[in-house]
Amino acid sequence: MNFLSIFVLIPSLMLLGLWAARNIKQIRAVMVTGASMLMIAAVALAYLYVRARAAGDTSQMLFTSSVEWYKPLNICYAVGVDGISVVMLLLSAVIVFTGVFASWKMKLQTKEFFLWFSLLSMGVLGFFISIDLFTMFMFYEIALIPMYLLIGIWGTGRKEYSAMKLTLMLMGASAFLLMGILGIFFGAGGTTMNILEIAKLHIPIDLQRIFFPITFLGFGVLGALFPFHTWSPDGHASAPTAVSMLHAGVLMKLGGYGCFRVAMYLMPEAATELSWIFLILTGISVVYGAFSACVQTDLKYINAYSSVSHCGLVLFAILMMTHTASTGAVLQMLSHGLITALFFALIGMIYGRTHTRDVRELRGLMKVMPFLSVGYVVAGFANLGLPGFSGFVAEMKIFVGSFENAETFNRVWTIIATTSIVITAVYILRLVGRIIYGEVENKKYLSLTDATWDERLCVIVLVAAVAGLGCFPLWFSNIIDESTLPVITQLMNH
Amino acid sequence: MEQYSITPLIILLPLAAFLLLGLFGNRFKPLTAGIIATLEMTATTVIAYFTAFSYFTSDRLPDGTFATFTPFDYVWLPLGEKLTFNMGILLDPISVMMLIVITTVSLMVHIYSLGYMKGEKGFQRYFAFLSLFTMSMLGLVVATNIFQMYLFWELVGVSSYLLIGFYYTKPSAIAASKKAFIVTRFADLGFLIGILVYGYYVGSYSFEYSAHLKAIATAGTMIPLALGLMIIGGAGKSAMFPFHLWLPDAMEGPTPVSALIHAATMVVAGVYLIARLFPLFVGFAPDVLHLAGYVGAFTALFAAVIACVQTDIKRVLAFSTISQIGFMIVALGVSTSADPHHGGLGYMASMFHLFTHAMFKALLFLGAGAVIHAVHSNEMKDMGGLWKYMPLTHITFLVACLAIAGIPPFSGFFSKDEILAATFMFSPTMGYLMTFIAGLTAFYMFRLYYNIFWAKPYEVKSGHGGHAHKPHEAPAVMTFPLLFLAAVTCVAGFIPFGNFVSSNGEAYHIHIDKQVAVTSVVVALVGIGIATLMYRGASRKVADGLERGFGFLYRAAVHRFYIDEIYQFVTHKIIFALISKPIAWFDRHVVDAFFDRLAWLAHVTATKIKGLQGGNVQSYAVVFLWGILAIMVALLFITFGVFWLM
Amino acid sequence: MVPMQYYLLVSTFMLFVGVFGFFTRRNLLTILISVELVLNAVDINFAVFNRYLYPEQLEGMFFSVFSIGLSAVEAAVAIAIIIVVYRNLENIRVSSLNKLKD
Repeated sequence: MNFLSIFVLIPSLMLLGLWAARNIKQIRAVMVTGASMLMIAAVALAYLYVRARAAGDTSQMLFTSSVEWYKPLNICYAVGVDGISVVMLLLSAVIVFTGVFASWKMKLQTKEFFLWFSLLSMGVLGFFISIDLFTMFMFYEIALIPMYLLIGIWGTGRKEYSAMKLTLMLMGASAFLLMGILGIFFGAGGTTMNILEIAKLHIPIDLQRIFFPITFLGFGVLGALFPFHTWSPDGHASAPTAVSMLHAGVLMKLGGYGCFRVAMYLMPEAATELSWIFLILTGISVVYGAFSACVQTDLKYINAYSSVSHCGLVLFAILMMTHTASTGAVLQMLSHGLITALFFALIGMIYGRTHTRDVRELRGLMKVMPFLSVGYVVAGFANLGLPGFSGFVAEMKIFVGSFENAETFNRVWTIIATTSIVITAVYILRLVGRIIYGEVENKKYLSLTDATWDERLCVIVLVAAVAGLGCFPLWFSNIIDESTLPVITQLMNH
Repeated sequence: MEQYSITPLIILLPLAAFLLLGLFGNRFKPLTAGIIATLEMTATTVIAYFTAFSYFTSDRLPDGTFATFTPFDYVWLPLGEKLTFNMGILLDPISVMMLIVITTVSLMVHIYSLGYMKGEKGFQRYFAFLSLFTMSMLGLVVATNIFQMYLFWELVGVSSYLLIGFYYTKPSAIAASKKAFIVTRFADLGFLIGILVYGYYVGSYSFEYSAHLKAIATAGTMIPLALGLMIIGGAGKSAMFPFHLWLPDAMEGPTPVSALIHAATMVVAGVYLIARLFPLFVGFAPDVLHLAGYVGAFTALFAAVIACVQTDIKRVLAFSTISQIGFMIVALGVSTSADPHHGGLGYMASMFHLFTHAMFKALLFLGAGAVIHAVHSNEMKDMGGLWKYMPLTHITFLVACLAIAGIPPFSGFFSKDEILAATFMFSPTMGYLMTFIAGLTAFYMFRLYYNIFWAKPYEVKSGHGGHAHKPHEAPAVMTFPLLFLAAVTCVAGFIPFGNFVSSNGEAYHIHIDKQVAVTSVVVALVGIGIATLMYRGASRKVADGLERGFGFLYRAAVHRFYIDEIYQFVTHKIIFALISKPIAWFDRHVVDAFFDRLAWLAHVTATKIKGLQGGNVQSYAVVFLWGILAIMVALLFITFGVFWLM
Repeated sequence: MVPMQYYLLVSTFMLFVGVFGFFTRRNLLTILISVELVLNAVDINFAVFNRYLYPEQLEGMFFSVFSIGLSAVEAAVAIAIIIVVYRNLENIRVSSLNKLKD
């Protein structure tokens, strides 16, 4: 077993621990221990990774290992990380950690909730360490199924409908994905499922033309690609807080990650040839999501559409196929993951107090819950790309990178995409002005309390992460930069 | 170089104050927080003055210019192979000049706020935001590259947003802050795209153009395009037409904030941006520069006309600020070369006016603040006759009014004279237009002055609990900044400004163009005279008559030529109703409905074919038998053909 | 010797009677009897083909004996199930055996 497997092992141990836990205290203890261990493991991994790079290890993936699993199809349990996976693992660990605190007061069937939650984290963490297509797919499915139960049982509003919709659409996507993966596997000669090995082989261009769109679509649905994004608003609006956080924060990133690592990397010719179709779709996502968010009345819907817009930007940047833009895309995944998790956490906390998420009813929250309100304003600023927060770094990198692509078509779409930063400002400020500022109208709210310690911890960790990334982006940018390079080289050298 | 190693503190000190007060502000007593911020600001000011002193007293380079120092410049974020996003400190004449302007005004505003904001809820927060703003503005002016400038540009935008919306329970303040942010952000979009274009074609964001002249030259029309787009950003921050509409509303913020941000520093960022890029403008995009000049002239006129009829004293000052910034932009816009003796005078004039304007406009705002503090109203109708109650405020306000009207020996005269001289050199029409606007300025400023301090005796109203509320002079923490700025306004005109700042960096000796000076002073005096006639006394016969006579024009001007209504129309009717709503509808009823339909279709099909799976083995067996028979027949046909039957 | 066709006619008749009974009967016992008929028809065929076509070998005979054994077992199990069904439902109609579906 390899060191990386610890990321699958810890959630498994958490499952065991939860199974044995008998009361709420023990459940919390298990979750906090597990989540902290994940954080430590992620930080340690980052440290080891940087040290290995500093020591001159230039191989594309570090800490690789491969255990044969099913010989006839050459399926292996293959793991390995590069800079992108390292930062995504960090992100996941942070969000799992804060997610535990965001659902601290979960009442209904706590044990089961955390069981599924741990399974979900196992899926996403496993996905990021896998470099074998099949293993990757398997972890993706592991992450997907708990969503259905988590939303369907612990959700709010039209939860059954949303859970069904989300699961069905993502399952549909994973059907595409399976097709794509098999296409890649057999196209590359059927000898290996390992991404690094396949990248060295050549998939015939005719097959690429068929399987690139299928694979990209399969991952793209998860990344809320227009017009396959509609699961996102409903799903996020109905999901419980921690699940929204993990889903929007990490699971949606699987889409961008997969598009980049699998679709583009393994099928570079088709990617270059067909990127324009998806560029249009993602460009629409970016602007469309932002405009839609302007007129929503439910806080979670606003955030969900905002996610459509920002995740659209991730795919958009990837499709620009320049080094800077793809690094920007990874930064944007990171940044959006943290910001949106912060948003959902705060919305959950506000909802837990006011029992409404309707923008028209909330007013003057700054007076009654200053901590949460300030957190919300900070999240809003981070979301609209204010310097000092991670969104700015990611967006600038994306826009500069996109502009490197000198095709007029790409330029035009870049400029269209930049308008989203203004629209984002419009809906964020509208929201902040409406719900945070002003006088309290509903007298019931006057008796509400501000954040408790667990909520404070959750918000502070996320804000610190967002601000840290926004103020000192160099380190992240560098380790991502060197890891996006192989993909870009592949795209350029086909 | 060594003496500049402390310059980062200029940015870091306010940042530290912001973090301290922002995170732990509520742990301090309000006054303690204010004093911490003020002390920090004093330290910053001392460092800035020290830096300026050592910079301007250092030896000039052989070509007569001051050396440009970059004591710090490190890569903050790499953006591609060549491009990097650097953070650093650039010291050259204009940035050092701006350091002085910002720290001086900011310090005065800090001190003033100790008195003005006393007892306000959120005192700590106020000082935290002030520190944030000061930090961002200082970071903006010392930027070594255009991207760093953009970063701080956004930060000043947000601190302006926070400060305008300081009274966050007031709907008008919320709306104003939102408007300010969104309008400037919209303009910043132009700035950003300009940066993208520039960076791509030039391969560097740095202000050290000399290393990239070749790339700039080969970029062709892209450079004017990039610069033009950047100017849009500048126009947004500097409230040039048509982006001016956020500034008057921004007066919803506390008055000291208006003095600092919306009069002296942030709003001149656009001017500073053009000045920063001046060599590029005159070298590669003179047409864009002239275009900016025309826009500036139009804005100056437009705002001056509106200022003549506003009744809210802060709005008068706001429009006057817009108009004065228009002057600065005009001065830059009429430049045709980098040589101050031949068509490059405007650069120096603009910077000079920026400097003097910052001082006297801050003074005007702080004076207005003292008045508002005393009478608790912004409206002229609630004032009048205040000279008796507030002598110090009255005198300092008068000094500032004379300065802005361009009466010697106050500072405004000197800088405005240079601007007018520069415009006359460019084209006489422009010169006369600007002289006329200068006269208009004198008129509306004195209209303001008379309405506040003279016009009619102050009506003492009975306040709470039957106590007669008499306006009284502001406390010393508020009058000290007034006196200080008034002193600066009196002497600033005699600073040999051209020695320090000029378009090519060489010392330029300022000389007064007699003809221009006399004309402008006469025009200003005429303006003041008319204002005296109309508003000095309690009777407003002439003024009312004019209002009636030009009814339509008057109403249009009062409504600021309905630009705000157009803005409302565009945002609410077009963006919300025509774009966002349909998109949201489309999303729910077309895209989403499509997938719902798909699911529904699957459901319906399932219900339809469910009957086949009845669970009755016997009926399965019948189908099975028929199936086998059919297959057998089919196989027989295939094997033997149709003839087998016969 | 009786020609082979006669035997085959009998077995064919039995097979179709069995199949018809299997399709149309609603009573579990008669369905079981129909299945027995089908099996016996096949047994006859096995024996006949063996005796007439390959008299020197005995596989067909073995198969029919094996099949008889099998049907005995089957009948035993089926009747046991039917008895249980009868105890639970008080009748042995096929249509009432739908409890597992719900």
